[in-house]
Amino acid sequence: MDAPANKISVQGLKAWFGKNEVIHGASLDIPDRSVLAIIGPSGCGKSTFLRCLNRMHELTPGAGSSGKMLLDDRDLYAASVDPVELRRRVGMVFQRPNPFPTMSIARNVSAGLRLNRVPGDHAEVVERCLRQAALWDEVKDRLDAPATGLSGGQQQRLCIARALAVEPEVLLMDEPASALDPIATAKVEDLIHELKQRYTIVIVTHNMQQAARVSDRTAFFYLGELVESGPTEKIFTNPSEQRTEDYVTGKFG
Amino acid sequence: MPLPADILPAAAVSARRGGNRGDRLYHAALQLLGGAVLAVAGLVLLELADVAAPAARRLGLGFLWRNDWDPVSGAFGALPFVYGTLVTSAVAIALALPVSVGLALFLSEMGPRRLRPVVSFAIEVLAAIPSVVYGLWGLFVLVPVLRDWVQPALARALGFLPLFQGPPIGLGYLAAGVILAVMILPTVTSVTIEVLRTVPASLREASLALGATRWEAIRMAVLPFGRAGIVGAALLGLGRALGETMAVTMVIGNSPEIHASLFAPGYSLPAVIANEFAEATGEVHLGALAALGLVLFGITVLLNGAARLLVAAVARGSARSAR
Amino acid sequence: MSALRRRNAVNAFWTAACGAAVLLALLPLASLLWLVISRGVGGLSLDFFTHLPAPVGEAGGGVGNAIAGTLYMVGLASLVALPAGVGAGVYLAERGDGRFGSAVRFTTEVLAGVPSIVVGIVAYGLLVVPMKRFSALAGAVALAILMVPPLARSTEEFVRLVPGTLREASLALGVPAWKTGLRVVLRTALPGILTAALLAVARAAGETAPLLFTALNNQYWNARPDQPTASLTVQIFNYAVSPYSDWHDKAWSAALVLLLLVGLLNLAARLLARGRGGRTA
Repeated sequence: MDAPANKISVQGLKAWFGKNEVIHGASLDIPDRSVLAIIGPSGCGKSTFLRCLNRMHELTPGAGSSGKMLLDDRDLYAASVDPVELRRRVGMVFQRPNPFPTMSIARNVSAGLRLNRVPGDHAEVVERCLRQAALWDEVKDRLDAPATGLSGGQQQRLCIARALAVEPEVLLMDEPASALDPIATAKVEDLIHELKQRYTIVIVTHNMQQAARVSDRTAFFYLGELVESGPTEKIFTNPSEQRTEDYVTGKFG
Repeated sequence: MPLPADILPAAAVSARRGGNRGDRLYHAALQLLGGAVLAVAGLVLLELADVAAPAARRLGLGFLWRNDWDPVSGAFGALPFVYGTLVTSAVAIALALPVSVGLALFLSEMGPRRLRPVVSFAIEVLAAIPSVVYGLWGLFVLVPVLRDWVQPALARALGFLPLFQGPPIGLGYLAAGVILAVMILPTVTSVTIEVLRTVPASLREASLALGATRWEAIRMAVLPFGRAGIVGAALLGLGRALGETMAVTMVIGNSPEIHASLFAPGYSLPAVIANEFAEATGEVHLGALAALGLVLFGITVLLNGAARLLVAAVARGSARSAR
Repeated sequence: MSALRRRNAVNAFWTAACGAAVLLALLPLASLLWLVISRGVGGLSLDFFTHLPAPVGEAGGGVGNAIAGTLYMVGLASLVALPAGVGAGVYLAERGDGRFGSAVRFTTEVLAGVPSIVVGIVAYGLLVVPMKRFSALAGAVALAILMVPPLARSTEEFVRLVPGTLREASLALGVPAWKTGLRVVLRTALPGILTAALLAVARAAGETAPLLFTALNNQYWNARPDQPTASLTVQIFNYAVSPYSDWHDKAWSAALVLLLLVGLLNLAARLLARGRGGRTA
């Protein structure tokens, strides 16, 4: 094998809500320290795919999944895997920024550490994560202010910092820029470039330019089916499937 | 209360006067019914004040903090009743709040989904049982259990506290407090559930995605967010407990004295009104009882107002963070 | 990883604590229902529903007059309170957005929190004092005052749920506002309002405190609104606090009858509510 080691490997994933199957068997590999973008029209299973990766999907009543999902060659759904522990290793950033409104900026960042009973005042971690999230300079003078006072873009970067603080190996991002203005979006995209030096990132987006800008590999979902996945450049310039070509050239979706 | 966007108020349609006669009549009739509510409220206050007036003139404000009550010799003091009402309500809320919050969490966050409708139905049944039936059960089931088991055990374990001293006779503050706790459980639980529902799902997800357990997500995101609303729920429960009459009358022991021990018999505002009003002799006695009613009315109005404000504040907070 | 194991244990502990809260809440309910049924069912017979109370020590006798009295007074109260409550609710929903409407809404909330015993005093001053006697009418007035606020509040909620498009469609057809209000809006909200009305009636049937010194009690049948009248709840109270064990048995039986009555009303309300849920889904 000459390809880099795969961080995540998905084989034949099916997922459903009640009787409604929303992913009909998807297989793909995600190399370590790379960015995978998942594109496709809304309602095609992108977010569900993401939520299967940290087992948030199963929290919805009636939701379930089958198939193999491996993280470092270990089955995510093995009986010995505690989803709580898994979610520490696989962090997530949501579509809408969701800082804890009852906590200060600093405490939002350290929330995960306090959960894990890491001793200390976490000041160093807070600073490092806020720097990594490119937010430090904007908030360093008001770390004890409530997180709700930040702008939408700042809140989203705060949520990224919060996810980074528990030192995850994988970062899932569910349309992290869709609620942000263009300037804030650009900052988040720059940040993704920085973060892939250290993390494996999976980002769902409905914005194809964004996918082309930030990702190494791209997967195209359509109506619950993984149509095609491969290097981003190939998907956008020379896809092997007609449907992919139609979508990336804007013929539908 | 904001108006849902898709509802067109009829007022907007009929703002231009004129229209047809039927419409004007219809709107006048509605207005009248709305006004009738105000009239009834006015009537409530007026009648209370009217019945209480002779006592107010005779006894003055000192009535409120005199602590003896003996209608035969003309001694009327409200303190034993105010005290009994507050103590039993405090016991009730202390017992009911943790159970209610647990129930609410079970029903909205932690319980197995299949069990939730069953439990929720049971709580509705609890709410529908009339007060006098609770009193009957309290008198013949709860009081003996307290007397023979709970009070001796409490005295053994915590007897060094003045709260748990004295002979275990069953009837008294503790019995009234326990039965009130059962009775306000549905109110506090349902308002707490309402409050928990206003906590945005995204906060719960944020905690879980950080690797929080279900309980940690509740402690970290759900409870802090809903704290003010849960206090509001407790106040609403307290408001119900203060005015509850029959069950308390039947188990509190009906003795107009003030005791530090929860084991002792006492009296409450509604209970003394229930027991003495029909047989009260003379307008001062009647008036004193009505004045007690006025005091009760004042306390409950204040409490309910505060509770509603708190619950509404949480709802507004959730609207803000969902923006 | 032992920290994780401890956190999972904490999680399990609090989950169990919530389960314990459920058991703690269900215990009194189960005990109460079981006792009312087991101790009350023995005294039930046809006579119990149709006969007058028997004196202490005498076998037989019933609570027929008390059942009739409860139905009588609740009926009288409903006659006034149901239209008034629904009307006030429609007012709040349709025209209650101004300052006057807010005042009415606030007052409704305040009235809903007034203890029922206080309402008893009001009815006493209003009717017992001028009439110089306890009466079914005074009892009914007290019950009516208690029924209006919750009914008005739920009616407002149900009327506000009626989509504005429906109202507009009717008005656009040239139907006057009053007909739209009654035929379209009220008609659509009707199942919900009926549910609320049944619950209000059930609550009134279970009230004791406001009847103690308005309707008082009566050992005999009474159909006159200006006479003292027995009620199931006051009868239960009198039986329960008496020192006689055969009256205690009667208290349990009467409580069973009351629970059946209140339970049936609640059941009917539930069925109505469910029917509505099925149709609008």
